[in-house]
Amino acid sequence: MSAACDSCLRRSWLVARLAGRIELARHERRPLREILALSNDRLLDGVGGDARARIAVELEELDTAELRLAADVAGLEVVCQHGAGYPARLLDLADAPAALWIAGGCDRLSTLVGGDVEDGPRSVAVVGTRRASAEGLEVARALGRGLAVAGVTVVSGMALGIDSGAHAGALEGGGRTVAVLAGGADVPYPRTKAMLYAEIGGVGCVVSEMPPGMRPFAWCFPARNRTIAALSHMTVVVEAASRSGSLITAELAADLGREVGAVPGAVLSWRAQGANALLRDGATLVRGVRDVLDAVVGVVAEREEMARDLALEPRLRDTLEAVSGGADTVAALAHTPGEAERALATLTELELLGLVRRAPAGRYVAVTP
Amino acid sequence: MLARVVTFAIDGLEPRRVTVEIDVRPGLPSFTIVGLADRAVREARERVRAAVLNAGFEFPQRRITVNLAPAWLRKSGPGFDLAIACAILAAAGQLPAEALERFAVFGELALDGEVRPCGGALAVAEGARRAGLSGIVVPLERVREAELVEDLDVAGVGTLGDLARVLRGEARPEPSAYSWPRRSARHLDLADVHGHGGVVGALTVAAAGGHNVLLSGPPGVGKTMLARRLPSILPPLERAEAIEVTRIHSIVGAYGGDGLVLERPFRAPHHTISPSGLVGGGTAPSPGEASLAHRGVLFLDELSEFSRAALEALRQPLEDGRVTIVRGQRVAILPTRFMLVAATNPCPCGHAPSRRCRCTEADLGRHRRKLSGPLLDRIDLLVAVHRPAREELERAPATSSAAERDRVIAARKRQIARLAGTSATCNAQMDRALLRTHLALEAGAERPLYQAYAKGELSARGRDRTLRVARTIADLHGEERVRRGHIVAALGYRHEVEAVPEAVA
Repeated sequence: MSAACDSCLRRSWLVARLAGRIELARHERRPLREILALSNDRLLDGVGGDARARIAVELEELDTAELRLAADVAGLEVVCQHGAGYPARLLDLADAPAALWIAGGCDRLSTLVGGDVEDGPRSVAVVGTRRASAEGLEVARALGRGLAVAGVTVVSGMALGIDSGAHAGALEGGGRTVAVLAGGADVPYPRTKAMLYAEIGGVGCVVSEMPPGMRPFAWCFPARNRTIAALSHMTVVVEAASRSGSLITAELAADLGREVGAVPGAVLSWRAQGANALLRDGATLVRGVRDVLDAVVGVVAEREEMARDLALEPRLRDTLEAVSGGADTVAALAHTPGEAERALATLTELELLGLVRRAPAGRYVAVTP
Repeated sequence: MLARVVTFAIDGLEPRRVTVEIDVRPGLPSFTIVGLADRAVREARERVRAAVLNAGFEFPQRRITVNLAPAWLRKSGPGFDLAIACAILAAAGQLPAEALERFAVFGELALDGEVRPCGGALAVAEGARRAGLSGIVVPLERVREAELVEDLDVAGVGTLGDLARVLRGEARPEPSAYSWPRRSARHLDLADVHGHGGVVGALTVAAAGGHNVLLSGPPGVGKTMLARRLPSILPPLERAEAIEVTRIHSIVGAYGGDGLVLERPFRAPHHTISPSGLVGGGTAPSPGEASLAHRGVLFLDELSEFSRAALEALRQPLEDGRVTIVRGQRVAILPTRFMLVAATNPCPCGHAPSRRCRCTEADLGRHRRKLSGPLLDRIDLLVAVHRPAREELERAPATSSAAERDRVIAARKRQIARLAGTSATCNAQMDRALLRTHLALEAGAERPLYQAYAKGELSARGRDRTLRVARTIADLHGEERVRRGHIVAALGYRHEVEAVPEAVA
């Protein structure tokens, strides 16, 4: 169902073909958004000498049927700016991707991030550092899960750290999630996230503006960030250093007039510098899912979680409350070996009910729906 | 003139009969030892000559050839000194040769003619008994040890002179006054432990079912302290077990005492240990830490710091309870039935889950990968150790070793009765087939397992581990059948690697 026109496919091919030269142009401090907004001819003009003519010929003789076949082989669908299924909200970008290559199907993508910003399904980008702390991962995961459960699509970049945490949370919360990759949508990147890639492809979508098989250049990551920002109503930065790629996403989101949120962190931690700076500059304070939902959906009604807690037998409820209150290890819940055994059994019961989750180092975390 | 004296070489853990043959004939004075002797045995020449002279005997100024037969067996250690001296004196007519036919002789000599204790007396005594000899001469300090072998005439000697008197049938020296080894005064007890209720409970489960344990917690939190107390809740050594342990420790020289080892060994090798140091090896295969921990506890602190080769080498010992070492033509089978207690930091910096943890996701992944693998498959319980709160430290200890040990012994008895007629003696040794036949699961009790499995939090191997642990928990509670509650409690001990989906690993 490749609803992409030839000219957009050519454009997509050309950008990938010139990826190395764009990288060089970036080194000369040419702003990326200007480069990507150039027309095909102007892009080619940037290529000097014989190469320009050679690449122009290649572009002229490009067989778009082959590109479509490559997509089929890689299990991807492709949509373009001019065709159906292209997320309208991307058109807010001056340098919108010409085509979008999709793993997971364009129908599903439409249900996740279709339509323009005003109508269509809500979506939120959750981004942050690759070198996340355990706490940051926990926050990202809780945000991802809470948003997905609330029917909000979680958009992120599948990078290590916060991005992956957000995706994993969204998968736990039902799977409303879109990963935007810098390279081809059929290439799991980073490779260690191959399993996560497969899971997202199974229930959500993995998309990219690059043709299949393409390995990302450095400039592809900020380019990918503009897509993440444009696909989302709000961009939430969980942990970011003072010069982090996530801040680029936040800036792009602000430029597009989208909401920007940040999770505050300890002032002395390098991981908190970026997010705290955003907060000072007026970003929405995000303490949990509720703050995000308030911003993108409106004030959320108290949901039925209270009722569910009441249905628990007292032993389980007490333990759940204790875990939420910070007594989150067996050691904190019990003194004698006998008590400890009961506490362990109770925690495991709660785990089986999906109310707590085991975190590294013997901690338990209450699962906030 | 020819003389023969019987002694024993130790090959792995087995005593092998060695005949010291001596030929003394006229010629230029010389003293040669042949028969695959190592350095310590060849150096016996100097010790024997000095000891014989200093003890007031005469050293024959002749051509002396000593052969240690069988010639193919590699001989090592100083235990041949006494036998060689004995043979020389017998050949020279200074000792009654006929008396030597009844005795095996074993001991090291000092230059002044004193007999020094050396390792392996118990094994040698067993060898003498098996070879049909009626008696054995050992260093005085090793008499109690050799006497553990029944129906054997054990004579202790303190000097070469004593030996002559023993052989002539004169008065034997009494072993010096010594006290029977008691449980050491600084006996480690759970009653000294404040807090750590969960870990103590887990150690009791481990002790009751013979399960291997992984303790995970930040540095300095008490992992080693807790592990050291595990032997105190294990059932006491039975006599046959104690003899096995004594034999091994005596051979390695790890045991300076006298008589039977009464306490279960606790071995804690440093993480720089080599594979052969851990499981045994060397040109003449000798036991490693795994055998020294036989019938006791092998504690590996900082598990992730051990070399991969060393950890891989532990697989057979863990699986079979013994290890086969082949070096050249020599094969040694060494027993290694120990409980493994491993300890690790929860993350490379050691501070997880506190805020002080500075590790990135990638660091954690690397740490976890280092820990995973076949060794972890043999570890049934994963236990998190946390720093106890201040109130915990002031609270009276929750239990004592004696109380927990009684529960462990009762649980072990149930297991032995249930597993009678099978290859296993405790729950940890149940394989999948035994789990099917000897688990006694209450109908429907396994539902939580399916739930955990469906959520991807349990592997098939993890399921077996959980069932084994659940069986032990039921045994500790004195219940015939494994109920749902036991399974749920056992699930709490499952491995973290299974709890964390790859997605965020």
